[in-house]
Amino acid sequence: MASLLSRFCRKLALPGSAHGSRMTSTTACGSETVKSLNLYSAINQALHIALETDPRSYVFGEDVGFGGVFRCTTGLAERFGKNRVFNTPLCEQGIVGFGIGLAAMGNRAVVEIQVADYIYPAFDQIVNEAAKFRYRSGNQFNCGGLTIRAPYGAVGHGGHYHSQSPEAFFCHVPGIKVVIPRSPREAKGLLLSSIRDPNPVVFFEPKWLYRQAVEEVPEHDYMIPLSQAEIIREGSDITLVGWGAQLTVMEQACLDAEKEGISCELIDLKTLLPWDKETVEASVKKTGRLLISHEAPITGGFGAEISATILERCFLKLEAPVSRVCGLDTPFPLVFEPFYMPTKNKASSSSSLSSPSKTHIF
Amino acid sequence: MALSRLSLRSNRFLRPSTTAAALPSSIRRHVSTDTTPITIETAVPFESHLCDAPSRSVETSSAEILSFFRDMARMRRMEIAADSLYKSKLIRGFCHLYDGQEALAVGMEAAITRKDAIITSYRDHCTFLGRGGELVDAFSELMGRKRGCSNGKGGSMHFYKKDACFYGGHGIVGAQIPLGCGLAFAQKYSKEEFVTFTLYGDGAANQGQLFEALNIAALWDLPAILVCENNHYGMGTATWRSAKSPAYFKRGDYVPGLKVDGMDALAVKQACKFAKEHALKNGPIVLEMDTYRYHGHSMSDPGSTYRTRDEVSGVRQVRDPIERVRKLLLSHDIATEKELKDMEKEVRKEVDDAVAQAKESPVPEPSELFTNMYVKDCGVESFGADRKELKVTLT
Repeated sequence: MASLLSRFCRKLALPGSAHGSRMTSTTACGSETVKSLNLYSAINQALHIALETDPRSYVFGEDVGFGGVFRCTTGLAERFGKNRVFNTPLCEQGIVGFGIGLAAMGNRAVVEIQVADYIYPAFDQIVNEAAKFRYRSGNQFNCGGLTIRAPYGAVGHGGHYHSQSPEAFFCHVPGIKVVIPRSPREAKGLLLSSIRDPNPVVFFEPKWLYRQAVEEVPEHDYMIPLSQAEIIREGSDITLVGWGAQLTVMEQACLDAEKEGISCELIDLKTLLPWDKETVEASVKKTGRLLISHEAPITGGFGAEISATILERCFLKLEAPVSRVCGLDTPFPLVFEPFYMPTKNKASSSSSLSSPSKTHIF
Repeated sequence: MALSRLSLRSNRFLRPSTTAAALPSSIRRHVSTDTTPITIETAVPFESHLCDAPSRSVETSSAEILSFFRDMARMRRMEIAADSLYKSKLIRGFCHLYDGQEALAVGMEAAITRKDAIITSYRDHCTFLGRGGELVDAFSELMGRKRGCSNGKGGSMHFYKKDACFYGGHGIVGAQIPLGCGLAFAQKYSKEEFVTFTLYGDGAANQGQLFEALNIAALWDLPAILVCENNHYGMGTATWRSAKSPAYFKRGDYVPGLKVDGMDALAVKQACKFAKEHALKNGPIVLEMDTYRYHGHSMSDPGSTYRTRDEVSGVRQVRDPIERVRKLLLSHDIATEKELKDMEKEVRKEVDDAVAQAKESPVPEPSELFTNMYVKDCGVESFGADRKELKVTLT
């Protein structure tokens, strides 16, 4: 239960923030101010900046006008007006379709799907319309200005329909990008990159971190590049790959493993589609072992794609089979959530992490 | 409100003297179990679209009105008990309360049988009770215990009762509408003259799948009754901000519709009776129930950021369904104030006992996590971390 309690009862030490091993753009210089923000405030700041810097950008979705159910859109309607920040009726398919249309006319449409579990009515619009628009029109038209934001992932009591991680469905669609931040500072930079990226992006925000995660976030306008993974913890014995809220769990597992003398390298993928194969490949060639972890059910999860690719690229360097510590193959349960989740104990007790010095064969 | 008191005059002399207070209620109060028909006029007329509205005179009886009172009081108490259980963290997850809307559940049941199907959204606790669900099963399910109606695996949003044709309990807004029309489709094949009531809210009324379902139901003459529970707020969004046409009963376009005062149990009964007859002869019909919820959308919503407290208390004073029935019972001399208060006390005790019983039920076994995904002998395997440890073969 300790791992469960630690998820909910304290503000988190975010992966990467304690080690100074940031390899990307968000170093706070002396002249730039930072502020301690949680995830929804960081996203809110990003949206303010996006709307400020581009007069043809719009934010809409269910209940965004009053600030949204997770407070991510607070203050936007008051500041930019009801013509740029507005509520839609309860129809995801319609919302995304509208966003595609608006984007096709050269605008930036930042569409909110209230909870990722509700994104499925819009799945056809995303897969068949948004992803293929540029391709099928021979580059005459595109909806690159479309960014779809959706809170995803477990929250402790979400049950079947407020906890799902649907990223794997979207990673299977060439033509869109899928981005998942792990912390407030990352979220602000990645969201601004996603909004400004000339391709349609599906941006999943770990809803568990909205209030729980607090970090120093620079107040200025900054972007974090897409499709670049980050090594947030360096190590030499095993590579761990994850994204979003799961990285916090994995970092706990790394700390535990360290006590046993196992040096772990933790990579935040950040962008799942297209994903940074080179960084992960280089890391696995160094360590020889790979463990992937995600909340979504294991069968057909994105971990399978990473595993297959790394096997192709690093076969001769691998000292053990690729390990996946993921959610179980069941619908996301209500009372059984603690059993379903890929906790740090499951990661720690997986054979890859418990004794990498021995070569494991089936 | 024009009242018909003719049939009651004959019962006046049966009203017991005060010395009879010690006698059991079945003897003491003759009129409580009286099923002689009485006719009551609804306060608000029905508005219709593409059909003739039913009469405002509703046939009922003292026993029925009294049962309305008791059932609604039980539903109200259950929701209030659920509120405090949620606040004391015995109920986790989501909890969407129905208090204010009880007349709908109760009026509908009075017009139909347990072989007619009902399917609704996540605001399903009272609908479950109306279908004959036990309080203890409801509380157990809310608290995620084994005794719950869905064995503790569904929670607040997923109550079901197969033997009463209650198809639940759905979390995704509007998704139950095509499903409900599918149930009606099956009923048409069975030729047994049963109908399906598919309930959805004013928020769900903007979902594309409603219109797809309406079209098919009308095309194939299905015995489907689509009931829009218009409580005027889709979570925090008022109807005037989400719908170009808030006349939900007209939204069926080519499908007839009826607008009903959803806070009047008798009006609801009349409308549902009318709708059932219509659906069996002429195919689908849309009912818009004008109702109101006192609580917010769910327990995480205080319900006061998008509407004023005055509005909520105003509705409570003027339109509360239980108060309406109480006034009816008192003015028709069907029961005295004290008797009704006693009934409420009994109901309160019933609910408290059910809560206590539910608290004693254990949580489901961990192995239940893997059950009921597939039919037995499917043989799909589920692994632990690493895919090396076979956890279970899914059934």
